[in-house]
Amino acid sequence: MAFFLETLLGGLMAGMLYSLVALGFVLIFKASGVFNFSQGAMVLFAALAMARFSEWIPQWFGFENKILGNVAGFMAAAACMFILAWLIERLVLRHLVNQEGVTLLMATLGITYFIDGLGQTIFGSAIYKIDIGMPKEPAFVLQNIFPGGLLVNKEDLIAALIAAALVAALSLFFQKTSTGRALRAVADDHQAAQSVGIPLNTIWVIVWCVAGITALVAGMIWGSKLGVQFSLTTVALRALPVIILGGLTSVPGAIIGGLIIGVGEKLSEVYLGPMVGGGIEIWFAYVLALVFLLFRPQGLFGEKIIDRV
Amino acid sequence: MIYRENGQFKTSYKADQQIFPIAQDRWFLLGLLLFSVVAVPMLADEYMFRAILIPFLILSLAALGVNILVGYCGQISLGSGAFMAVGAYAAYNTYVRIEGMPMIVALLAGGFFATLVGMFFGIPSLRVKGLYLAVATLAAQFFCDWAFLRISWFTNNSTSGSVAVSNLSALGIPIDSPLKKYLLCLGFLIVFGVLAKNLVRGAIGREWMAIRDMDVAAAVIGIRPVYAKLSAFAVSSFIIGVAGGLWGFVHLGSWEPAAFSIDRSFQLLFMVIIGGLGSIMGSFFGAAFIVVLPIFLNQFLPAFGNLIGVDISTATVAHTEVMIFGALIVWFLIVEPHGLARLWSIGKQKLRLWPFPH
Repeated sequence: MAFFLETLLGGLMAGMLYSLVALGFVLIFKASGVFNFSQGAMVLFAALAMARFSEWIPQWFGFENKILGNVAGFMAAAACMFILAWLIERLVLRHLVNQEGVTLLMATLGITYFIDGLGQTIFGSAIYKIDIGMPKEPAFVLQNIFPGGLLVNKEDLIAALIAAALVAALSLFFQKTSTGRALRAVADDHQAAQSVGIPLNTIWVIVWCVAGITALVAGMIWGSKLGVQFSLTTVALRALPVIILGGLTSVPGAIIGGLIIGVGEKLSEVYLGPMVGGGIEIWFAYVLALVFLLFRPQGLFGEKIIDRV
Repeated sequence: MIYRENGQFKTSYKADQQIFPIAQDRWFLLGLLLFSVVAVPMLADEYMFRAILIPFLILSLAALGVNILVGYCGQISLGSGAFMAVGAYAAYNTYVRIEGMPMIVALLAGGFFATLVGMFFGIPSLRVKGLYLAVATLAAQFFCDWAFLRISWFTNNSTSGSVAVSNLSALGIPIDSPLKKYLLCLGFLIVFGVLAKNLVRGAIGREWMAIRDMDVAAAVIGIRPVYAKLSAFAVSSFIIGVAGGLWGFVHLGSWEPAAFSIDRSFQLLFMVIIGGLGSIMGSFFGAAFIVVLPIFLNQFLPAFGNLIGVDISTATVAHTEVMIFGALIVWFLIVEPHGLARLWSIGKQKLRLWPFPH
């Protein structure tokens, strides 16, 4: 029982991180109808920027403080993501309005290649570290209920808390600010939003910026866990089943989908993996999502797809 | 002036329904065929065959398959790499495990098994549509990657995980030189090209296109979505599977699952989109573009660096290559979202009036 709970908790925490990446996908898809494949490349780019700037800025200005260095690195990386968002809107999306979904998908794949190359050209392609002082040692909780307690990875716990805080902040931003209201309006109906004077192009830049920030936070957490390296881009491929499970257009769907996939992956790896030789978590997530889709083709929380002739 | 159909009268239904109704098209294709069969073997050297021509032919074949599914039937698939892998490994297993199996039969068997797998993974398309389907087909990709890596039966229990074939021969002729490999691939491409061209202008092709344009409306006028979608998956996977077998047997010789990774799926989809969705000719254009572009960038960038006096390290060259590749694709999609095939047809339209456009 204790072992099952440990696995479950681990899955939930991993799932929180998937939700974070999935959130970036969903935000952009809702606002502009673009299925943004480059989210994974953005995670890598943001993480590289953060790792390198938190190293460079203290060198340039000659201070030693690690917290200040990290904050400066975060700010610089965020600025990079803003510039990237603006450039993408300006140079790509603006010219591809009203194209078919698959063309837009391929355009974001092109952007993926570009960002991958750009990030590694500017920041180098070695493995870098982000050190934001996450505790590495595990903790034991609930020792009075289970013999020996439950093993909880503190690092994962903090990561999940950061992710949850970001999600909460984002939902506040969407519900309580006027920009957030404009974003929701665009997501509901492009034409109606435009007719009441909401500038679509500005909204797209903002949405890509927000997606960039979620990418930065995801990159920061993942980078400090695994080191900043090229394999971070596969995070996007792991977040894809999350969004189709939750529904492409639903923010709560991204979060709950993330948790389901996270738990499903961990449980399948632990209980099913040994039977078939391990390494099954990547395709298991997709198959799990597919099973859900067979019952609800629009995902758990997606808008119902109505076909009319 | 040169390219116009004036004076070509059709006096029978047969003449009216032929594949290429305009005489100039027929002559052009005949010329192209002669050029590729006779002139290319005399002109090209070994590097050309190995690095450009053979990959181009095999990938055009695969792109043809993808185009049937994505371009004609409108089902976006990101699992093409997996179907290539199934083709390659199934062909390998039939070739190695059955004594005296001819290579061409093994390749076709690979295509057959790819058809089965493709139809299986095509079943969700009956319920799931559009981008949801695109992501769902990734399940095929990751499952096949995993299966060929972990299940050692597929690789004939090879310890390194990679498989190899040797002593290839087709119809009693040993396939040992790049020229023979080229001609073998060309033969496959011509056969499947003609087949595909005929399929898409027949009843089944029209059904696919009706499903692509609007599946509900197609169902209303009496097209069975199950039959149309699954047949598109079947035909497309068969062609992709044969291409996969050729890629493993003829181009690589020995391969691992990484040869058919998700990047291959993306590459094939790029070919189809850049070449032109729903165009047989477009598949060839797209394949040529995607095969030649990286080679060109690879040769051109260091030379360009020398020219402006900057010494570019190999790592930077690799990264800049990726960057330019991505940027060019985006640029291309912006300039011509309907692909190279559209440019081709615009060119033909212009040629009909040239040199007196008004």
